[in-house]
Amino acid sequence: MDAIVFLIFAGVAVVCAINVVVRVHPISSALSLIGVMGSLAVIYLLLGAQFIAAAQVFVYAGAIMVLFIFVIMLLNTGAEERSRGAWMARLAGTPLLMALLGILSFVIFWAFPRRIGVHFGAFTGGTVENIGRAIFTTYLLPFEITSILVLIAIVGAVTLGYKELD
Amino acid sequence: MPQAVPLSWYLILSAVLFTLGVAGFLFRRNIITMFMSIELMLNAVNLSFIAFSYHLKQVDGHVFTFFVMVVAAAEAAVGLAIILTVFKNRGTLQVDDISSMKD
Amino acid sequence: MNFYLLSVIKAAVVSGVLMLTLLYLQWVERKLLAHIQVRLGPYRVGPHGLLQPIADTIKLLTKEDLMPPGVNKFFFLLAPFLAISLSLISISVVPFGPEVQAGGVRTWMQLTDLNIGVIFILAISSLTVYGVVLAGWASNSKYPLLGALRSSAQMISYELPLGLAVAAPLLMSNTLSLRELVQTQEHFYWGFFPAWNLLRGPWPQVIGFIVFMIAVFAETNRVPFDLPEAESELVAGFHTEYSSMKFAGFFMAEYANMITVCSMGTILFLGGWLPPFPAGYGSKFIPAAAFAAGGLVSLYHGLYTRHLRDRWSLTAFAGIFFAIAVVFSVPLLQPYLLPLFWFCAKTGLLLFVFIWVRGTQPRFRYDQLMRFAWSFLFPVAMVNLLATGLLVALFG
Repeated sequence: MDAIVFLIFAGVAVVCAINVVVRVHPISSALSLIGVMGSLAVIYLLLGAQFIAAAQVFVYAGAIMVLFIFVIMLLNTGAEERSRGAWMARLAGTPLLMALLGILSFVIFWAFPRRIGVHFGAFTGGTVENIGRAIFTTYLLPFEITSILVLIAIVGAVTLGYKELD
Repeated sequence: MPQAVPLSWYLILSAVLFTLGVAGFLFRRNIITMFMSIELMLNAVNLSFIAFSYHLKQVDGHVFTFFVMVVAAAEAAVGLAIILTVFKNRGTLQVDDISSMKD
Repeated sequence: MNFYLLSVIKAAVVSGVLMLTLLYLQWVERKLLAHIQVRLGPYRVGPHGLLQPIADTIKLLTKEDLMPPGVNKFFFLLAPFLAISLSLISISVVPFGPEVQAGGVRTWMQLTDLNIGVIFILAISSLTVYGVVLAGWASNSKYPLLGALRSSAQMISYELPLGLAVAAPLLMSNTLSLRELVQTQEHFYWGFFPAWNLLRGPWPQVIGFIVFMIAVFAETNRVPFDLPEAESELVAGFHTEYSSMKFAGFFMAEYANMITVCSMGTILFLGGWLPPFPAGYGSKFIPAAAFAAGGLVSLYHGLYTRHLRDRWSLTAFAGIFFAIAVVFSVPLLQPYLLPLFWFCAKTGLLLFVFIWVRGTQPRFRYDQLMRFAWSFLFPVAMVNLLATGLLVALFG
């Protein structure tokens, strides 16, 4: 039962990821990316990460991707045109990427043999209390720095988009 | 006992998504699509973090994922503001045409 | 009973009742708006217009299904589907009552209880922006695009005060599960004063409740924040180009969103299915008394009215109210019906406030709306959250 759910949503994730890379219109890519994030949220639930699954939908799919879609709709450039040196980049790059995937897969299969499995419900530590406790005790400094980082990002975005009222 | 899904499958999925993200970043010429490929790579890494957090039975991987999400949000905000400014100045979103360095 | 069979039965009952409520919420809104504006509202189709929603459904089903030229077909069809399905999902975690037992089957009056229930509802409601955005963009026309951009900017701007206003009762109740949220509000101060999150110490969530209500008015695109879909402003906003069942999808999605956010407000702030004072003071007789009073009012109007056709319809309604009052007095059925009555009464009160505001308030201009969210509502919600946190840490 776990295997069926995992395979379905992993398949959806890979198909949507291929869509992100292949489609010419940015809006189709953006919506496929939302599909990837949704299926990843289900896979996080299988791994016992309840809060992160909800945060994935809430933050990534519900806020960041809305921002992307806003910008795409505002710029309204339409489909992307064929570029000049593209086919040569693809010719040289594809075997290198295959090699990257091959090396990663080999290392993963060597380090984690089949007997190490994921049982749904075996890890119950992904609750909000545990994450909150970890953030506010062990990882307090990164938390505070991240909040300053977000403030810097807000100030930066407002400065870049600022229009003087003449 | 129900049959368990091997942990390596989750990590392989993460590797596949990461490779697809790299492919999108290198092969596409539209700057917004390149940015979305970066987000795809970040999601793949998040999946790795959660899988390892399950394997080690610790919650620290979830905390890292949370921070990655926050940083991705901040980066998306600033990056999209930069893209809007670039579009206003250059009029195009193709990376090859934006670059004004000599060939 | 088998867990799966029980879940299927519960899901069927909940979705059936929800669909019926969606249909008749429209009737209630039209009647209430009409009486606020001193007119009658739907009156002819069936007794007091009760068959009007069915007539409207038949009309919408038989209209011509236009697809304007140049639209992106996939997204044009996807948008109302997304809107309606996301709005209906949130009802699956809302608890309507406590644990009940019927014929050897113990179950909660809730489809499922997630221990991240509140974040689940917030996440689903943040996805409803996509229905609006896709509808506006796929319509290939200026008014829908403008309406969609404004509407989605408004929705994501008001998500911030909504999240902060929701976080404060979570600090007080110390849980994210909707069932446990209501259970933490179950005691009574001094024997009779309810300990709802709106009223209980250390920091009664009055400001939080007001901020929540304002934010959900904006989230569901209702007056006074309905500029993106107002008729005099942008034709019909993001759903201009939609006809027949696709338009009905958006229409139903708006009402389903209203019901979802009113249920969430009831559970977070008003104590869910709990009565306002304990059973020892007679709260078990209030529903029966309320329906009997309604029956008496209806009977009085039925006997002394001028219109002849009202004479029998209002008397029939009086009979129905008395029958419901009798049903509420049966002690065997009270454990099931009383919590349901209180939940529906509180949610109905919030829906009444929604409709009342629609009938009485003018709408905000777009820049006033955005300035209100960022300059006023967000700091107020943040101050409320800080005060709640401080007082819970000191006295909690």
